[in-house]
Amino acid sequence: MNATVRVSVVALFCLAAAACAKKQEVKPAPPPEATTPTAPATTEGAFTPADLQTNACLRTRVIYFDFDKSEIQSQFQNIVACHAKYLRDRPMARMTIEGNTDERGTREYNLGLGERRGNALASALEAAGASASQIKVVSYGEERPVCREHNESCWHQNRRDNIVYTAE
Amino acid sequence: MRMPKTLLALVLASLAALFATQAGAQGLTVQIVNGVPSAIPITVVPLGQQGSGPASPVDVAQIVSMDLNRCGKFRTLPTSEIVQSPTTGAQIKFATWQQLKQQYIVVGTASYEGGVLKVDYQLWDVAKQQMLLQNTVARQGSDLRRAGHEIADQIYQKIIGVRGAFDTRIAYVTMVGLGDNAQYALVVADSDGYNPQTVVRSHEALLSPTWSPDGKELAYVSFEGGNSAIYIQNIATGARRLVSSRPGINGAPRFSPDGKKLAVSLSFQGNSEIYVMDLGSGALTRLTHNLAIDTEPSWTPDAQNIIFTSDRSGKPQLYEIPAGGGSPQRITFQGQYNADVGVDYDGKKLAMVQGNGNVYRIAVMDRSMGGQEIFVSPGNLDDSPSWAPNASMLLYAATEGPRGVLYSVSADGRVRQRLVLSDGDVREPAWGPYRNP
Repeated sequence: MNATVRVSVVALFCLAAAACAKKQEVKPAPPPEATTPTAPATTEGAFTPADLQTNACLRTRVIYFDFDKSEIQSQFQNIVACHAKYLRDRPMARMTIEGNTDERGTREYNLGLGERRGNALASALEAAGASASQIKVVSYGEERPVCREHNESCWHQNRRDNIVYTAE
Repeated sequence: MRMPKTLLALVLASLAALFATQAGAQGLTVQIVNGVPSAIPITVVPLGQQGSGPASPVDVAQIVSMDLNRCGKFRTLPTSEIVQSPTTGAQIKFATWQQLKQQYIVVGTASYEGGVLKVDYQLWDVAKQQMLLQNTVARQGSDLRRAGHEIADQIYQKIIGVRGAFDTRIAYVTMVGLGDNAQYALVVADSDGYNPQTVVRSHEALLSPTWSPDGKELAYVSFEGGNSAIYIQNIATGARRLVSSRPGINGAPRFSPDGKKLAVSLSFQGNSEIYVMDLGSGALTRLTHNLAIDTEPSWTPDAQNIIFTSDRSGKPQLYEIPAGGGSPQRITFQGQYNADVGVDYDGKKLAMVQGNGNVYRIAVMDRSMGGQEIFVSPGNLDDSPSWAPNASMLLYAATEGPRGVLYSVSADGRVRQRLVLSDGDVREPAWGPYRNP
C-alpha cells in the first residue's frame, strides 16, 4: 500500500469516525462476514439441523474481537443467543470453537489469546443455556489467518472465533 | 560503502558455485545488511592445492571468510583485493598486507583425495609477523563445509578468546502454499543456512522447535492432530514420541539444561500455565497458578529458574520463577509488550520480543548492566529471538511483504544477515548447541 492510498484510507476512517461519533462508540468498519443478521434469535419452535443452512443467525459462524481483547462485543450477542438456543434445542449437537488472533505478537502468546477468545464464547454460550459437554475450544493462535496483509483491516478479520458444528 | 556490495557479490558468486556443484540443494541466500567499520581486518587467502586429487568441491577459504564477516567482529578482505596468494607462512610478504591495513592473515592448502577433504592452515599476526595458530582439519561425506566452520571457530577463539559457534546447526519452520494446500516443514541446516535437511512435514502448522542440549533431538508443537501437541523427535533417526496432547494448549516446549525435563505451557486445567515435565516419568509439576496467559518458559543456564511470559499485569511481560516452584517476579519494565525470552549461555543477556504500538522488535536486556536494553532488529513484526551458543549472534524471524524471513544479527545489532528461503515463508528459528567434532 503506497503512501497516497494509506493517507486516503486513513481519511476515510476519519470521515467514518466523524460521521458516527455522535451516535455512539467508534468501531472500525467490520468486514462483510461480520454483518450481524437482524433476524430474531428467539424462534418460537425448536431449531432443527436444517436451520443451520437457512437461519441467517445460525449461518453466521464467526465473531470478531478487538486487539488483544477477548470480550464478546454487544453486536454479536444475538449470534451467541441463537447458537446457544440451537445447542439447547439439540442436546446431541456438538460444536468446536476455533480461537484465532492477528499476527502481532509471539505465536505462543497468541495461542493463549486465541484460547481466551474461544473460552469467552464458550462461557457466553453456557451462560445462555448450552451444556459445557457440547462445546470444545481449540486455539490456532495466529496460525490460520484468513487475510495475510499487514494492516488493521486484515488484522480485524483474523481476530475471530470460528464456530464449527461437529454434530448437528 | 563498497564493502557490503562486494560482499554480496562474493556471496552470490559462492552460492552460484554451490548450486552448480550440489544439484538440487535448496539454499538460503545471504546478505550482509550493515557493515561495521571498527571490525577487525583479516584476510583469508584462497587455499593452495595439495596432492594430485581433484579440486575440493567446497571453497573452504570462502566459508571461513563468510563466517568471520557474519559475526560482526571481523571484516575480511574481498577476494578481488587479495593481490598475492601465499599458502605458507614463509611465502607471506608482510609489507603487502600491512599496506592493505590487515591485522591478521590466514593461509593454507587443501587436498581432496578419496572423498576426504584435508586442510592445513596457519593464522598470522601481520604487524608482529608471528604465527598464532597452525592446524589441520579433515572432513568427508556431507560434512565438507564443516571444515570451513571449524577453522572459523578456531580463528574466532584464538583472536576473540571465546569459543566460536559457526560449526553449529539451526532449526526453523517453512510454509509453502495457503489454506488446505499449506505444507509445513521443520528443517535443520548449518548455521549459515546450507545443507538444509527436512525433519518432519505436515499439512498443519508446526511451531516452537527447540533443541535438546546434546543437539540430537528437537521438541516442537504440531497441529497435525487438529489441536496443538508436543513431540520430541530424533534428528538422525527420525524416531519421534508424543509427549503431550492434552485438551487445550500444548505449547512452548524448552528442554532443561540437563535435557531431562521439559518446561511447557499447558491449559488442560482450564487456563494456560507453566509446567515442568519429567521426561523419564512423564510426571508434571505445575509452577504457575493464575488466570493470566502463562507461556514461553525458558530455563536459566543454572537450571534454578524459569523465565516466562505472562499477561497477569495486563499486557505480556517477562517473569522469573524458581524451577521447583515459588513466587514469580516480574523482570521487564520497559516497553508495552515483552515476550518469548531467549536466555544466553551465562544467563546475563535476555533477548525478547518487545512491542510498542504496532512495532515489534528484538530487544536485548543485559542483566549484568542493570537491565540496560538495546534493540537489535528494526521491526515491524520481528519475533522468535534465539542465541548462538556463544551469544555472539542471534537468529530471529521477520516479516517482509508477504513472506517470513530469518535474520542473524550480531549481539550488538550492528551486522545483520538475511537468510531467505527461495520459496515460501520461513519462521521460528532456533539455534542449536555446540556440536561435537
